[in-house]
Amino acid sequence: MTRRLLAIRVIVVLVALLGINYVVWRWLFSVAWDAWWIAVPLVLAETYSLIDSLLFGLTMWRLRERGEPVPPPPGRTVDVFITTYNEPVEMVMETALAARDITYPHSTWILDDGNRPEMRAAAEAAGIGWITRSSDWIGMPRHAKAGNLNNALLSTEGEFLLILDADQVPLPEILDRTLGYFNDEQMALVQTPQWFKNVPARDPLGSQAPLFYGPIQQGKDGWNAAFFCGSNAVIRREALMQLGIARYAAEVEEGVHRALRTARTVLRHAMESTGPDDHQVRGALAEVLHDVGRAQRALDRGEALFDVTYRFQQRVAAVRRSLVAADLEALQADLAIIAELEAGLDDASAPALDARVHDHAQDGLTVLPEDPYAMPDALDALAARDWSPLGAVQGVEALVAAVDVGRSGEAQPIMPLATISVTEDMATCMRLHGMGWRSAYHDEVLAHGLAPEDLPTMLTQRLRWAQGTVQVMLRENPLTQPRLTWTQRLMYFATMWSYLSGFAAIVYIAAPIVYLVFGVLPVQAFSVDFFLRLVPFLVLNQLLFAVVANGRPTWRGQQYSLALFPVWIKSFTSAFGNVFLGRSLDFAVTPKTRREDQGNRWDLVRPQLWAMGLLVAAAVIGLVRLAVGQATALGALVNIGWVLFDLLIFSVILQAVRYRPETEEPAAAPPRPVPVLVGAGAPLDVETRIALSVRPRETAAPSPTTPATTPTGTGLDRSHPPTGTAEQVHEHDTGDRR
Amino acid sequence: MIDIDVETLADGVGVVRPHGRLTMVAARRMRELLADLVAAGSTRVVVDLSATEFMDSSGLGAIIAGLKTARQAGGDLRLAAVTEPVMAVLQLTNMDRVLRARPSVEEAFRD
Repeated sequence: MTRRLLAIRVIVVLVALLGINYVVWRWLFSVAWDAWWIAVPLVLAETYSLIDSLLFGLTMWRLRERGEPVPPPPGRTVDVFITTYNEPVEMVMETALAARDITYPHSTWILDDGNRPEMRAAAEAAGIGWITRSSDWIGMPRHAKAGNLNNALLSTEGEFLLILDADQVPLPEILDRTLGYFNDEQMALVQTPQWFKNVPARDPLGSQAPLFYGPIQQGKDGWNAAFFCGSNAVIRREALMQLGIARYAAEVEEGVHRALRTARTVLRHAMESTGPDDHQVRGALAEVLHDVGRAQRALDRGEALFDVTYRFQQRVAAVRRSLVAADLEALQADLAIIAELEAGLDDASAPALDARVHDHAQDGLTVLPEDPYAMPDALDALAARDWSPLGAVQGVEALVAAVDVGRSGEAQPIMPLATISVTEDMATCMRLHGMGWRSAYHDEVLAHGLAPEDLPTMLTQRLRWAQGTVQVMLRENPLTQPRLTWTQRLMYFATMWSYLSGFAAIVYIAAPIVYLVFGVLPVQAFSVDFFLRLVPFLVLNQLLFAVVANGRPTWRGQQYSLALFPVWIKSFTSAFGNVFLGRSLDFAVTPKTRREDQGNRWDLVRPQLWAMGLLVAAAVIGLVRLAVGQATALGALVNIGWVLFDLLIFSVILQAVRYRPETEEPAAAPPRPVPVLVGAGAPLDVETRIALSVRPRETAAPSPTTPATTPTGTGLDRSHPPTGTAEQVHEHDTGDRR
Repeated sequence: MIDIDVETLADGVGVVRPHGRLTMVAARRMRELLADLVAAGSTRVVVDLSATEFMDSSGLGAIIAGLKTARQAGGDLRLAAVTEPVMAVLQLTNMDRVLRARPSVEEAFRD
């Protein structure tokens, strides 16, 4: 164990003990129950922050610095994928030409979801492959970037894939530095940092994520949970394909079970509405009902699913043919519904699905809702409908077909990249880990990207990431994934947990205001006991932070983790509404390129401005109350200090609104990896080399002061940018909007 | 590039027989071959794996794509004579629970 890691572990243990000591004491002895309406939220918020801090400590416990990678084995086949939708052709070509010039032998492909002739011409002129969606995708759910990659996977054949966003210009050595990790046959993924070249040193929009692409990823790596972040990563094709097939098998099985149950209900309804004298029709329905039962029993016995569904479909088809004469008039009404059903369980039969269907503005294709989440609603709606007998039989046929072997509602039966979230990377990676694959984080900048350059785009991008993460948490909660280790579950959970901080932030803003204005104290007293428990904890927490960051700038990240509280709250409420209530995620459309200057967009940060105004007003009122003898000096001072700290945090918002990229020089390029051999071949020690090869240091980064507002949390896990800039990459992700 | 034999039996059943290693390198050809076979009217297809020494997930993916094509045309695709390494891939992905392999080509469409 290195000395640094030892120091980290000692501090982690101390922070945990002090933190638990403080919060337990708070709950048992110091909640001012008389003022429960502020006291209970505050102690809950503090508990939230303690858990955040404990998860951070666990992450740091096994911080893994991988050092110099082993050389790549010769003769592996690699496909380099550049995903694009509507970015300027010149931008894509800059990336593509750099990708073509990567030293290790490979094939380069532009995955052009926009299907643009000029993009194709430029690619072909440069001798670069061009792939667009196959005809299988017409009228099917597009699944945005995940769909784009899934499509390309089927028309290429390299053993490894390097995935790059359109703006992530790779360095020539990117494959030489990463392929060696795959000598481990169980290694599925190697992620490298995302670093942005168009960001000034003071990073006004908080674009760089030096803690996430550094200690946090390295900590996760120690528990075999390094995240896939959507770009600048190399993936083993076999791992992705295996994942896709296993998901296919599981989803088909679950879908057929569910469809058969619904079929039963549909048929029963139909029988009830059939006259008792209509022997032929009743007989036919009974026959199909019998077949449903047989199919269910066969599945329960463990018979192979595709055999069961094949037999079932054949028999139902035969019954349907015998019924054709019956009830023609009622059939007319059903035909429209069946057509929609066969087209992938459209929205008309399930109003809840309306929100999930929208017109693809660019190419006019209707994007259909996605299985499997669309299924329960659609099935319920079908079951509730009154069917004619023939309609019922045909409906049952279509029901089973929709989820059967062919997955008629999807362009491809196999979808290796997860489509359950607007950010496909985290869900895919979690599933890979669940199948026993390994991942690695290689801490060396090997591509230079572009970050959003204005506040509206930045806000949209952060909201998108947060929504994606919360979606995954609500749909596939890592804590309940049986095949992950407990620490892997906690590593995923830690990132998701950090996005809940918006709710805690409101309490941390409200508490000092309530005290200063109304004199209501949420703790029993600002006693010696209180400070003796809290202060050492805060100090140690900051010390851990400083040791972990090891000189990397962290202040910007701390500011944004609190200052963007409205974004975090919106991400949670919108993702909750989306997952459980079927609502649209409803995010704003981001511009394609840097938008025209719209002036200072104060309207986008109204909640923050209100918070700042209230904090200032509360401080003034508090001072007046102190002057007239209505408040104690200690209480007023502590809370005014708290207010000042909050204002310091929020000050970043004022900078961000006024930021104009033209006026500032970008930061220097990150140091290139230093030649490792020194003198007579003595390698630099690993820590030195990594320290030299990581991103630039910000000179102006102050060491963070005690965050009185977030007594325990770090809140920085969330600064996880899974992929490139919003306007360049995620614009077309609206295909995943539900 | 591996050999993939294709023949059509007297009863109209198409038989596809990959030799050697059915991997990502051959997956696309396998998929196209199955699609062509179905398009030419052989909606009942047997993939004979007796000569397949190894298959990866991409190879299996091509077979699943073929299965979809066959089912959509009203037919079916069956596996026959699966070797041990191929069976291992089916088990790893739980595909053995949904897709039952038949002992031989002759028995593939007997039920």
